[in-house]
Amino acid sequence: MQLSSSVEIWIGALLTIMIFSFLFKDNIFYKFAEHLFVGVSAAYWMVVGFHTTIMPNLIAKIWPSLVVRVLPAAAGNQPEYHYLIPLIFGMLLLTRLIKKISFLSRWAMGLVIGYAAGTNLIRYMQSDFMSQISSTMKPLIVVNEGVFAFGASLSNIVLFFGVICGLVYFFFSSEHKGILLPASRVGIWVLMVTFGASFGYTVMARISLLTGRVQFLLRDWLGIIQ
Amino acid sequence: MAEVKKDWIYKLGRLDRRIIFFLIFLAVALPLLLNLVLPVHTSPIVDRLFDKIESLPPGSKVLLSLDYGPATAPENQPMAESMARHALERDLKLYIMSLWATGPGQAVLLIDMLGREFPDKVQGEDWVNIGYKAGNQGLINAILLDMKAMYTTDVNGTSVDDIPMMADVENLTDMHLIAGIGSGFPGLKEWVQFAGDRGDIPVGGGVTAVEAPLLYPYYPSQLLGLMGGLQGAAEYEAALIRTYPKFKETAVNAVELMGPQAVAHTVIVLFVLIGNITFFIERRRERKI
Repeated sequence: MQLSSSVEIWIGALLTIMIFSFLFKDNIFYKFAEHLFVGVSAAYWMVVGFHTTIMPNLIAKIWPSLVVRVLPAAAGNQPEYHYLIPLIFGMLLLTRLIKKISFLSRWAMGLVIGYAAGTNLIRYMQSDFMSQISSTMKPLIVVNEGVFAFGASLSNIVLFFGVICGLVYFFFSSEHKGILLPASRVGIWVLMVTFGASFGYTVMARISLLTGRVQFLLRDWLGIIQ
Repeated sequence: MAEVKKDWIYKLGRLDRRIIFFLIFLAVALPLLLNLVLPVHTSPIVDRLFDKIESLPPGSKVLLSLDYGPATAPENQPMAESMARHALERDLKLYIMSLWATGPGQAVLLIDMLGREFPDKVQGEDWVNIGYKAGNQGLINAILLDMKAMYTTDVNGTSVDDIPMMADVENLTDMHLIAGIGSGFPGLKEWVQFAGDRGDIPVGGGVTAVEAPLLYPYYPSQLLGLMGGLQGAAEYEAALIRTYPKFKETAVNAVELMGPQAVAHTVIVLFVLIGNITFFIERRRERKI
């Protein structure tokens, strides 16, 4: 056993224990660590966003000589004043903080939402709708080089009927009776299996993160394991 | 009204959750202390990703996007390290970037590792870190058309015009593989939707186990291959060690964590079984009353 002499490791270890203390019961140590985490995260994202996006993609374009010391690549560049347009729209977003002129933020907001909706709609239609339908349309009887492939055929049949039954469960325009009743019941089972798989994966993820933290405590902090 | 019998079955069904937490902690800590390492076998979905990198000719361009942070590093970092190791071992050109502001911190750790294990590889010629930019899927949209408009410098402030690796890169379609390592939005799903499908670029990668079920529908037509959670990372490490035994000492981060993972899962399954058995026993007793 060799305790770490690094202050960073000690801070990390103590904060980890503070977070874990919530498992015993809600307490002031947990609240402190939680608030610290949220505050530091927000500040970190803001600082990184400024230095990696606003600095090189806005200030360096409009006023290159201002950032030469921190961004040598901007040396000798000519100002590109059309970048003032996104700057103005960005400033308009901040007018939400002043009640009298807060309506101006709608212009920028409208542009952002319109752009996002336009680009996302096309992509989702292609990737999540058309391509997914195309991927579901598979032959129910698979023959590879003249030989019947049982496994692939069974897989495709399960996929096909699973999708159909799942869709039937969400089909509310007709009462679930006759052929729709067993199909919707199978649909429920398909959904249950899906939720079960998702839950299993979620458990796996949480245990992985716990393992990572315990490894950090035992190896990096306490030095019990290699 | 009849009294409910409060015997050991009753108490077992209402076990204090803190005891369960403690047992889960032991289930994770003891295998780590005892260095329990279990054999890992690869699955086709991971093999396909591995084989893709294996099949790329030297000099091919691989974009590795680190779209995660320290919170999910135990799952994601081994994935990124394995893919980076594999790419440099195959003499591929590695472009590191991030859609998350927390990604650059993870990239620093990754580059430290590459520096130790691949001292002959040169920054700007074999690998480059172009860093983080805000914009989520909008950024992917933008660099699909023009990469240098968004990335004017690398993380060190070096102009992209002075980086040899960037000389023949105009946009994402110049990449031979996009590998997204992610843990949420934006991540691998957005790489599939906004780069892979639109630009017809092979996309693969790894995600946390929570997100993996959301990605499986894209496999195999839209997603080349996938590492799902720590298991996926361990499988990639196993494939890497099988093909390149020189990595058997270093590329074992995820493999080492699969022992505690298996024991913890066993404990959870046992508690699920105990909970169900006590529930049904008590329900039968209530009916009798």
